[in-house]
Amino acid sequence: MRGAKLGRSWQLHVMMMPGILLVLVFMYGPMPGIVLAFKDFIPTKGIFGSDWVGLETFAYMMDLPDSMQVFWNTLKIAFLKIVFNFPIPIIVAILINEVRKAVFKRTVQTMIYLPHFLSWVILSGIFIDLFSQTGIVNKALGLFGISPIFFMGEPGHFIKLLIATDVWKNFGYSTIIYLAAITGIDDSLYESARIDGANRFKQIWHITLPGLSPIILLVLTLSLGGILDAGFDQVFNMYNPLVWSSSDIIDTYVYRLAIVEANYSLGTAIGLLKSVVGFVLIVTSYLIAKKYSDYTIF
Amino acid sequence: MPTSTRSAGTLIFTVANYCFLGIAAALCLFPVLHIVAVSLSSAGPAAANEVVLWPIEFTMSSYSVLVSKASFLTSFGISVERTVLGVALNTTLTLLMGYPLSKTSKELPGRNVYMWMLVFVMLFNAGLVPNYLLIKTLGLIDSIWALVLPSAVPIFNIILVMNFMKMLPREIEEAAYVDGASYWVSWWKLILPLSKPVIATIVLFSFVMHWNSWYDGLIYMNDNKNYPLQTFLYTVIQEQDITSIEQANEATSVNGVTLKAAQIFIAMVPILFLYPFLQKYFTKGIVIGAVKG
Repeated sequence: MRGAKLGRSWQLHVMMMPGILLVLVFMYGPMPGIVLAFKDFIPTKGIFGSDWVGLETFAYMMDLPDSMQVFWNTLKIAFLKIVFNFPIPIIVAILINEVRKAVFKRTVQTMIYLPHFLSWVILSGIFIDLFSQTGIVNKALGLFGISPIFFMGEPGHFIKLLIATDVWKNFGYSTIIYLAAITGIDDSLYESARIDGANRFKQIWHITLPGLSPIILLVLTLSLGGILDAGFDQVFNMYNPLVWSSSDIIDTYVYRLAIVEANYSLGTAIGLLKSVVGFVLIVTSYLIAKKYSDYTIF
Repeated sequence: MPTSTRSAGTLIFTVANYCFLGIAAALCLFPVLHIVAVSLSSAGPAAANEVVLWPIEFTMSSYSVLVSKASFLTSFGISVERTVLGVALNTTLTLLMGYPLSKTSKELPGRNVYMWMLVFVMLFNAGLVPNYLLIKTLGLIDSIWALVLPSAVPIFNIILVMNFMKMLPREIEEAAYVDGASYWVSWWKLILPLSKPVIATIVLFSFVMHWNSWYDGLIYMNDNKNYPLQTFLYTVIQEQDITSIEQANEATSVNGVTLKAAQIFIAMVPILFLYPFLQKYFTKGIVIGAVKG
């Protein structure tokens, strides 16, 4: 029987082949291009004909004031996003769970998941107008006697706008995992709590939250792996030169270096640095998650 | 007395909770309804930001301008093409690879090598420049394949399908093996029919991914005639001042603002159309993918 199985395993390998070939070409294929980070790229000489410069590009990068600014902007935006994106879905999921009317519950869920599926291109097209100096938001603020806020042009306000719109887009969708975990909590726990006279708040505090704590820890741990991910799609679509000082991030900087200025070596070097650090962070967070909550991705 | 205060407290909580969730839900829908209202308004009120949720001086003229706007129609067509090609390729490859990977290393020698190969590139990307140079070297600049092939193997979806197939009872296949069925027959006749929920999930995942992609179009397409819709919209949104000047002559009741709103709304339509399915299967998918230990 086992012999027969081994004899047939070639069928499984055949199934893997088309995908593996595409992975080799399109995902491993670019890897040799990484050497550009260590070369002075001259297009006519090609990737492999250009001269080696060792770590010169990295040294140059360290000296550029822009790179340091961009690095800190990335960390700041990504960190603030984690700080706000983390607790809000937990709170909303608990509140949704407290709703007894099924129709209301479903309607709320349907509406709050929607923004997740809209692209940042589309959303930036809407938000840039809504938050412009004469836009609807400033008009509404004007009703309360607040003078117009330059959300799109004042670096400090722009960061708040980035965080707020990111939370807006993702909080609903992020509740799914918590709502799924809540349904896994044993109902008898609530029953006995009610018999003991515990009110809603006490039930949330003593049963729902502890029941959610493993998944909360898991999500928090995994989100730390993304501390270099400030959200390229969002920033690139929403930012403008007025707010570069606070909101130019690694990925937008690499785009302008590589595609606009055609500085391939520097673009590759900064991209590589981000990939390596990002990789280490994600692997570390996976390892921690695996150790403390038996989480495995495969 | 304690009972009545508690129920009063519960009542206040319930009312506050309904209000809070109602407002949160309304905020999520607001931008969508707003853009529809703007697209159906006349140029004047739209440009003055007077439109909130209801069209002012209702007109369909933005949409009638749009149906004859060649650049918009072309990019819409390219988006449809890449989405159809991309989803077909993604789904086929995901199902082909998820199945062998759901087997043990005993049945598929080298399974873990495949797995590490895939997981590594999921976590480590060579970066923008090397990717761009590869596409250029392969001569795929300005080709639709540049939008389809680099993302042809969606690794996260493969893991999803693999986990789903792992959970299917092994006895289903054992009987077929005894009868001499090949893996192909077992895959096609037994496993795939049982995998409908996860197939729906991955089809929708890749649909949304392809329909919403814009960055690859921006980088890999030199000629803006080859831009997919989202990339085209990106240029419309970033260069709105130029567009509004251009469009001002086209029709008196249409300007850059209403025309842009109409294009944004049309770009949302496929997502809104699929949304009931999206909600159902994404919820399932995220639970299979994340909670499965």
